[in-house]
Amino acid sequence: MSFLSYLISGISLGSVYALIALGYTMVYGIAKMLNFAHGDVIMVGGFIVFSFVSTLGLNPLFSVLLAVVLCALLGVLIERIAYKPLRSATSLAVLITAIGVSYFLQNVALLIFGSSAKSFKSVVPIGEIHIGTELVISGETVVTIAVSLVIMVALTLFVNRTKTGKAMLAVSEDKGAAQLMGINVNKTISITFAIGSALAAVAGVLLCSAYPSLKPTTGAMPGIKAFTAAVFGGIGSIPGAMIGGVLLGVIENLSKAYLSSQMSDGIVFSVLILVLLIKPTGLLGKKINKKV
Amino acid sequence: MKKAALKFVCLALSALFLLPVLAACGKSEAGDTFVIGGIGPLTGGAAVYGNAVKKGAQLAVDEINAAGGINGVKVTLYFEDDEHNEEKAVNAYNTLKDKGVQVILGTVTSKPCIAITSLTKEDNVFQITPSGSAVDCVKYDNAFRVCFSDPNQGVGAADYIADKGLASKVAVIYDSSDPYSSGIYDTFKAEAAKKNLEVVTAEAFTSDSKTDFSVQLQKVKESGAELLFLPIYYEEAALILKQANTAGLKIKYFGCDGLDGVIDQLGDDVELAEGALLLTPFAADAKDEATQKFTAAYKKAYNDEVPNQFAADAYDGIYIIKAAMEKADVKDPAISASDLCAKLTAAMTQITVNGVTGEMTWDASGEPTKSPKAMSISVTAGEDGKKTGSYKAVD
Repeated sequence: MSFLSYLISGISLGSVYALIALGYTMVYGIAKMLNFAHGDVIMVGGFIVFSFVSTLGLNPLFSVLLAVVLCALLGVLIERIAYKPLRSATSLAVLITAIGVSYFLQNVALLIFGSSAKSFKSVVPIGEIHIGTELVISGETVVTIAVSLVIMVALTLFVNRTKTGKAMLAVSEDKGAAQLMGINVNKTISITFAIGSALAAVAGVLLCSAYPSLKPTTGAMPGIKAFTAAVFGGIGSIPGAMIGGVLLGVIENLSKAYLSSQMSDGIVFSVLILVLLIKPTGLLGKKINKKV
Repeated sequence: MKKAALKFVCLALSALFLLPVLAACGKSEAGDTFVIGGIGPLTGGAAVYGNAVKKGAQLAVDEINAAGGINGVKVTLYFEDDEHNEEKAVNAYNTLKDKGVQVILGTVTSKPCIAITSLTKEDNVFQITPSGSAVDCVKYDNAFRVCFSDPNQGVGAADYIADKGLASKVAVIYDSSDPYSSGIYDTFKAEAAKKNLEVVTAEAFTSDSKTDFSVQLQKVKESGAELLFLPIYYEEAALILKQANTAGLKIKYFGCDGLDGVIDQLGDDVELAEGALLLTPFAADAKDEATQKFTAAYKKAYNDEVPNQFAADAYDGIYIIKAAMEKADVKDPAISASDLCAKLTAAMTQITVNGVTGEMTWDASGEPTKSPKAMSISVTAGEDGKKTGSYKAVD
């Protein structure tokens, strides 16, 4: 019974990682850049909902919608100001800029909201589910898993079936050729960032609902874990991010339970190294042969 | 001859440059008051503690000045921010030194405190930390502290649980990446063994993974423990209480001074902490006269804010400096920090201070001797059904 409960809490943690990893993998897959500010957009999403619900007393679901829209705008804005001028620069320069944006967002939040942790009120309306006498699954877990699955399917369909999605795939393969084919590269990348950041807002709300404490550094560690999950599953692959996230959460919790609660992070990253040694592109990553 | 003339011109010039500096010195308050320098985090992650210390210390200084000062000399307090950061603490210390500070009250948190102890030792400046609880905060003979050290808290907690018969099987969740938390846990474990207190499970977490405690709580649930000891800070403790509630864990909670603040952190879920016990040196609603007088004065000065133990530690810290100065009979406000340090260090082991955090004496190691007080968290529902929590002193 306790194994099941460890497994469920692992899947719950993992589905939050998966949700964040979806945003990472999406931006990487299309814009070919690691958006390290992604974790902090999560934090911004959390603070937007926190302000609307706790301070202004708005309806929680309406606040989540607002947060999604505002974060999407923020994502586009960040891309325009910080990343677009560096479109032709080396990937290292873009990476450093992303880290800069990450610190910028953290410090602005620190300035506005202060450093002490805020108590976040869960926006999930359903209570916990009891199975038998021992097993308890929280409402947040159910919602997080469901939302991650829905978003994964929706994203896969969007990218493969719609015109905009196909434009994204084209841009990801070859920006120059895509432009020659009449695809607006700038617009496509903006849309990618808007979707990625909207996902971050959803992830932020669910993260803060499951672990109800919010401060300017809230997004940093989950962001890094989710990035790991994305690499684990094969960065650029949408189902890969999902599988990577859930596996990471489960491995983390099972090693906490049966091996050592102190060493769990060490064990998680050892598994990551092993996977990358055996399959350098991650679990579902595709090997792209570049012609010279 | 020419050389001598040049030398003279140089000297005259440098004297000219020095003039405004000297004049500034004369004008500053350093000449006619004792100057105490406080260091603590006024911004950043531990700002709650630093601000409480600043307010508590300022209150004590104002009271002392209103009553005529120390040995007839008024006191000035300068307070610098260290953001709970070692480098910033060193900068703050240097700034204070430039301002002519004679005694250091600080720092508030352990890591920065350790960072400046070697400097105060080198400069021979008397240092008393209100709340730096790590062992190394007072490793030099010029440093003393007001609060309990980490090992003392672990011993005190184990003794309290065993002596009051709160439980015979105890579980612990602690932060293995934090010296405060793991320090308390180590001594708790050793003392528990002596007192026949069985630690059935000890689960760790680290600063990198401190949001999800479901696994640790599940193990506590299975261990059959009657009491969960939490030698951690209130932010994680609040998360643990919430997740324990979701997991259906019913258990007694016991914490140390880091748990102070958990009521505000829980917000609307404050009833989760009902009945939790904390071992801390100060309870704002304790019945003794000193505490009541301090709490009333603090509330009056700071907008009805209830003082926490950090404010109390700082308030006591200033009065300890006063007691030591009176014992050493220091009357000259222009005394150098180094001379003052020698006198105060000698006086510290001879004084007894009856402060708001208890009756304290010191030995040369810098550790205070005092008995801890326990507080329990009680929750009352208002007329509108809104629950509010408060700390109540336990006998």
